[in-house]
Amino acid sequence: MDSRRSSRAVIDPKVRQVGFFTSAPLPPDRTQSDPPDPIRSPPLADASSPGNSLSPVMIPPPRHPSDSLLRLPHSPSDAFPPPSPTTTTTSLGDFSDDVTAASSPPPAAARVRGRGSSVKQQGAASSFPGGGFEVPPSVKAPSSVPASGLTTVSVVKLPPGISVEVQSDRALNSKPLKEKTSKAERRAIQEAQRAAKAAAKAEGIKTPAVTALANAKSAKSTKPSPQRNDSAVVVAASEKKGGDRSVEKDRKKDVPHPRMQYDDKSRVQKLKKRSVVKPTEARNRVELFRHLPQYEHGTQLPVLQSKFFQLDTLHPAVYKVGLQYLSGDICGGNARCIAMLQAFQEAIRDYSTPPAKTLSRDLTAKISSYVSFLIDCRPLSVSMGNAIRFLKSQIAKIPISLSESEAKATLHSDIERFINEKIILADRVIVKHAVTKIRDGDVLLTYGSSSAVEMILQHAHELGKQFRVVIVDSRPKHEGKLLLRRLVRKGLSCTYTHINAISYIMHEVTRVFLGASSVLSNGTVYSRVGTACVAMVAYGFHIPVLVCCEAYKFHERVQLDSICSNELGDPDSISKVPGREDINHLDGWDKSENLQLLNLIYDATPSDYVSLIITDYGMIPPTSVPVIVREYGRGQLWI
Amino acid sequence: MPDTQVLVNDFLNKLKKRKIEGSQATARQTAELLRSVISQQRVPYTNQAGALIDAVKAVGEQLIAANPVELAVGNIVRRVLHIIREEDLSLTTAAIGGLNLSAVSDDENDDDRDGDSTLSAAAVAAAARSTLRPPSLQTLLEDTPVSAAVPQTSSSGGDSEGKTADKSSRSRKLKHDVIEAVNELIQDIVTCHEQIAEQAVEHIHQNEVILTLGSSRTVLEFLFAAKEKKRSFRVFVAEGAPRYQGHLLAKELVARGLQTTLITDSAVFAMISRVNMVIVGAHAVMANGGVIAPVGMNLVALAAQKHAVPFVVLAGSHKLCPLYPHNPEVLLNELRSPSELLDFGEFSDCMDFGSGSGSPLLHVVNPAFDYVPPKLVSLFITDTGGHNPSYMYRLIADYYSADDLVVQRRATAGN
Repeated sequence: MDSRRSSRAVIDPKVRQVGFFTSAPLPPDRTQSDPPDPIRSPPLADASSPGNSLSPVMIPPPRHPSDSLLRLPHSPSDAFPPPSPTTTTTSLGDFSDDVTAASSPPPAAARVRGRGSSVKQQGAASSFPGGGFEVPPSVKAPSSVPASGLTTVSVVKLPPGISVEVQSDRALNSKPLKEKTSKAERRAIQEAQRAAKAAAKAEGIKTPAVTALANAKSAKSTKPSPQRNDSAVVVAASEKKGGDRSVEKDRKKDVPHPRMQYDDKSRVQKLKKRSVVKPTEARNRVELFRHLPQYEHGTQLPVLQSKFFQLDTLHPAVYKVGLQYLSGDICGGNARCIAMLQAFQEAIRDYSTPPAKTLSRDLTAKISSYVSFLIDCRPLSVSMGNAIRFLKSQIAKIPISLSESEAKATLHSDIERFINEKIILADRVIVKHAVTKIRDGDVLLTYGSSSAVEMILQHAHELGKQFRVVIVDSRPKHEGKLLLRRLVRKGLSCTYTHINAISYIMHEVTRVFLGASSVLSNGTVYSRVGTACVAMVAYGFHIPVLVCCEAYKFHERVQLDSICSNELGDPDSISKVPGREDINHLDGWDKSENLQLLNLIYDATPSDYVSLIITDYGMIPPTSVPVIVREYGRGQLWI
Repeated sequence: MPDTQVLVNDFLNKLKKRKIEGSQATARQTAELLRSVISQQRVPYTNQAGALIDAVKAVGEQLIAANPVELAVGNIVRRVLHIIREEDLSLTTAAIGGLNLSAVSDDENDDDRDGDSTLSAAAVAAAARSTLRPPSLQTLLEDTPVSAAVPQTSSSGGDSEGKTADKSSRSRKLKHDVIEAVNELIQDIVTCHEQIAEQAVEHIHQNEVILTLGSSRTVLEFLFAAKEKKRSFRVFVAEGAPRYQGHLLAKELVARGLQTTLITDSAVFAMISRVNMVIVGAHAVMANGGVIAPVGMNLVALAAQKHAVPFVVLAGSHKLCPLYPHNPEVLLNELRSPSELLDFGEFSDCMDFGSGSGSPLLHVVNPAFDYVPPKLVSLFITDTGGHNPSYMYRLIADYYSADDLVVQRRATAGN
């Protein structure tokens, strides 16, 4: 460790300098790579594939109050884009050159270069709105500059990865750079905007030219717009109102809804009326968790099965997924989310709008009913909640003018894209990042079974890295056994132990990789119960804890402990130990009213214990989670 | 002598096969065994104490070697040795006082020693009991004839002259006294639960939430004592994988009418924010205040520290070990069977033994104990009251004589 740190210290100052200053060495580079610029500017962005768009070097586009956008007359907007793309692309170009020249074996270099190019397009596309439609600096500067600053810091803190890290460093640093160089311009822009705004107000806002609106839309969706472009074109007329008022609403929506509290009698009654599954309440409820649903397990499945033919409103695919949730056949945030989305895909395919109803409204209601059924089966995970939110927003965005089949096709591809981009590709990016943190001779500890961590370990093994894996497992699910089996099959050297022995095994561990069900915006990692224990012990032993989590699982909610919100599993699985018939002390006691069995599913790991969160947007410290949620939230993250 | 050998061998086997569960049972049985060893031991006319000590040490070495992790054995052996020394000391002082051996003593000490011999004997015995200083040092520093005579009789074995008069009565008396004292020790071990439990009311209040891990009879009695005093509180029991003794404790608690919630070990961190106090048992308490406890305890202690929840350890005095631990996680630990975690053969289908360097891909680690460093412990409650971890070394000095601390190491050196 120490030797690595010292080596890092040599690089440090340089990185910092690049990060926070508009340094002297950069301008020449810019002039060099200026020529390709026009080619790479927005039009070309369409060509970039969704896969590349998730590259870690993507520059966080700022989130802007879109009223100012919409009121913006198009004339200044035409004038402004050029400067910002120039700067971004140039700095990126510079860095990719740099990286390829600097180090790394040939294949790695190739990879880096490839990504670098994609990033260029990306950067151009995303910076277009950022630089073009200027926002008051009070909003923009503080949000984006600290973001990149933090990222730099995080990288500095860690032992240096190789090329990829440097890359993300530089790329993110290119952002403040850009801003600084265009400071004068920005002021000018701002003033122009203000004037324009005033003029627009005087005129009345309702008559923006269609082109301007389309322009603004594509800008508003700040996302690199390859896929959005088509919708932006179509959107034109129908969405103008929605766009206008959404700002205020958005602000309010930003505050997450309070969760359903199951100790609220009246609401529970209401809920019961609606629900399909009528679970019997558990008799011995844990007092502390009255706010969570506590049902007798095992009662729902037969009821549901018998009800299959009465549930004509339910699509069979959704029904099937619900049953799989209930029985535990599908578990894990990603798997559940993908299963749900695919079921929705099928449901949408078979959907036909009833007469005298509009597709968007009816389908939303439909989806809501499916969702409430799924909740009955098992409470939603954050990942699923985000996916549902995405789907609903997509449905709401479908213009009335679109025919049903077209709308369905759009939704189908939207869902497909979500699965691809937010889950599958995101995982790939995470793997790429995380592998740089694995060195020969490492002993990696993981807890439970996280799909992302599993991919990382396998990939690192395929790369020929020599390392050992410690799998820590816990009752009652023993998910680690499944992971162990898969890894041992692949030929990885594994050590298996249970969570109580964590203090014993931690002596030999060099890194801890953990998965997460969700990362909350105060940096809390919400994950399988026991994760907090592992992170705590690792922290006590001064061992870095790396949490791997796709950005679509981030949530703006905050949580301090594991009690306010959680999920309760089947209490019977606590009292019985499978394979250990000698542990039968509680046979017959579980009906006693003094005894409660508590089977928590999740817990919340305080952010102090987390050294690093690896997401598809790069490697960030837990303090930067709110930045990601904010910058990519709403408009971007879920689309 | 043959009888004791049979007994010793029997007990050794039990220890080796880990047949005896719990340090209390081990401690009691060790004490009983040593008592029979002492009673069978033929005592020579000269140097009875030395003979007894040698006999106990010989057996003690074997016992400690049979299960070095079970520190209670060593503790009891040392305590019995200490008892022998102490009884011998008090007898000697009594004899000296009684015989009026004022010729040897200094002039200044003469008058008060002559005045009340029994008092001075008790005082010397008490002084020896409550000090950690090795007797040899004491003789060097204080230069009092009384204490100078004592270590000679106990360690070097050279019996002082002038005691031949009541030799026979003294030898019988020594053995008798020692056996009496060992009986007391056994009694102490048996009743330590009650003594600890008596303090429960001072620590548990109405509506408290208490967390414990695994099962300990001391904890059970402690909680139950508080319950009997009409305190109503809730208990979270972590089950303590892989032995799942928490189930046992939960059952007992429920049977006695306590509000009990059984949680998995992984949920300890989640629940500890709502807990007022952690009360756990220990396997052994080291001289530095560190605790050897069932596996998983360090996790609980760390979580408790994070949430500033008092971490209270209940330990009978037989669990107080006079040794300072070095690398206790490894050296004072033992690995249990992997079958508690994975069934035998469960992974045979996916192991590829044909390739590779021959070292197995899969290791299963199943340690039995955890070491909780003293900084994580808020309080020890022993049968003599509550103590800080930093005070443990002093408390331990009351029970052991400094000469005996290295019973085992001398054995290995001798071999």
